[in-house]
Amino acid sequence: MATPEQSVTERMERPAQPSVSAEPAPPKLTFEAKNVSIWYGEKRAIENVSLDIASNAVTAIIGPSGCGKSTFLRALNRMHELVPKTRMDGTVLLHGEDLYSKTVDPAIVRRRVGMIFQKSNPFPTMTIGENVVVGLRLNGVRNQKFLNERLEKSLRMAALWDEVKDDLHKPGTSLSGGQQQRLCIARSLAVEPEVILMDEPCSALDPIATAKIEELIHELKSKYTIVTVTHNMQQAGRISDFTAFMYLGRLIEFGPTTKIFTNPTEKQTEDYITGRFG
Amino acid sequence: MHLGRTHNHTWRKIKSALASGIAFVSAVLVITPLGLVFFYLLFNGASSVNWDFFTKLPAPVGAVGGGMVNAIVGSLELLAIASVIGIPIGVLGGVYLAEYGSARLNSVLRFLADVLNGVPSITWGVVVYGLIVLRFKGFSAYAGGFALALIMIPLILRTTEEVVLLVPNGYREAALALGVSRWKTIVHIVMKTASKGIITGILLALARVGGETAPLLFTAFGNRFWNHSLSQPIAALPLQIFTYAISPYDDWHRQAWAGALVLVSGIFCVNVLVRILTRGRGAPVV
Repeated sequence: MATPEQSVTERMERPAQPSVSAEPAPPKLTFEAKNVSIWYGEKRAIENVSLDIASNAVTAIIGPSGCGKSTFLRALNRMHELVPKTRMDGTVLLHGEDLYSKTVDPAIVRRRVGMIFQKSNPFPTMTIGENVVVGLRLNGVRNQKFLNERLEKSLRMAALWDEVKDDLHKPGTSLSGGQQQRLCIARSLAVEPEVILMDEPCSALDPIATAKIEELIHELKSKYTIVTVTHNMQQAGRISDFTAFMYLGRLIEFGPTTKIFTNPTEKQTEDYITGRFG
Repeated sequence: MHLGRTHNHTWRKIKSALASGIAFVSAVLVITPLGLVFFYLLFNGASSVNWDFFTKLPAPVGAVGGGMVNAIVGSLELLAIASVIGIPIGVLGGVYLAEYGSARLNSVLRFLADVLNGVPSITWGVVVYGLIVLRFKGFSAYAGGFALALIMIPLILRTTEEVVLLVPNGYREAALALGVSRWKTIVHIVMKTASKGIITGILLALARVGGETAPLLFTAFGNRFWNHSLSQPIAALPLQIFTYAISPYDDWHRQAWAGALVLVSGIFCVNVLVRILTRGRGAPVV
């Protein structure tokens, strides 16, 4: 599955850059969040969270409900701004650029930083095929050949192509829960983001569908940076390279997943991971 | 203790039967007038609904026969004018209420729209008479259509707002997370998802104003002949029914019955269309 995709990508992205030697090594960090605090009205959801997110790796954010993990995730593509009366403090850099600078359009941020939600949400008025390319279409892409290529490529990357290739004209909502979630991943991949944020992507799925998504996450990290929020600690242990533990709006501990799960520094992290609270 | 419980049980059964009995009778009472009206119209009007009725102009006073084709077409023209003005304003206003605006402003707008919905329709006739008929010195199809549009706007606005609010937030978020702009998200995702509900609201508003007479009395005015210019008085089915029903001629009375039957049937058809539209597949509720 790797070869046809790569050729398509290369053709579309940078056709005339044969030499690699002159380019600097890619930056190791995708996001640098510094002292991020977010308020919803009077209520402070997260407080002074600083977190660096490595490129081409899976970072999991864990913590009990209400600890601010989803809020932090949403701050990475400015989705939290959809809630009225939100206030934000601190900076978030994406490859060194300030996401919150006055000149930055949130729509552009979200094109570069895609998002998958807890509840799969394919558009009910659209077919499977239309769902995948809707992001491109609404951003002005009209070339049907290009859309078709991107449709197949995205569905293949989301490991859904073989299951739906003959049903592209059926409604997106006709798929099973797990397939719908992979359809949403394909839809997100179609706009070629750099990062994929996942907000508890498996919490509404059965174990088999969950295993498929987890496998997919593992495959996608070679090309994308993935940040996922989960309240399933086993899942965080299985899929992530780095784990951040949040509690009551603060970042308690952050480090390589193996270290967080085997030898946490903070007592609270240990208590949470061993199931003593949360 | 045991006896008491049995007694309670019987009493409860009686109360329950009584309550459902009253509810059933009320339901029948609600439907009865509709049945009576429809059968009475059929009884009186069916014999006069014939080919001539749909193809001929009203006959001169004294002559027998004739039809109401000009009134039927006139009503359609008035509804078309009302739609051109009322649908965009009503739909966009409803979208604004559901998607933009502050909570306080919206509750004021919502309240005002509800007040407008309660304004007696003859008031709109008078308002438009003052605004348009006097200013342009003449009754016209434009004035009639405008008066109908004013009635349609708050109706469409409120139904649009309600169905747009029913669209789950997850769809908005999904589109925005793809980097789609707010406006495109609203038009291509939210309004498309709610389209059935929006169309239903529009059809119901059209059915409502299609039978309005009062706002047309001093605006469209009515016309016994073909209307050749929208800036001239125009016939409308409800107006024609009104004119014929208060006339002293039996033949005209029969035609008024026929007109009423055609009008009610038309509105009935629109409502059936709404039922069909709201039944099929698609998003839940909307």
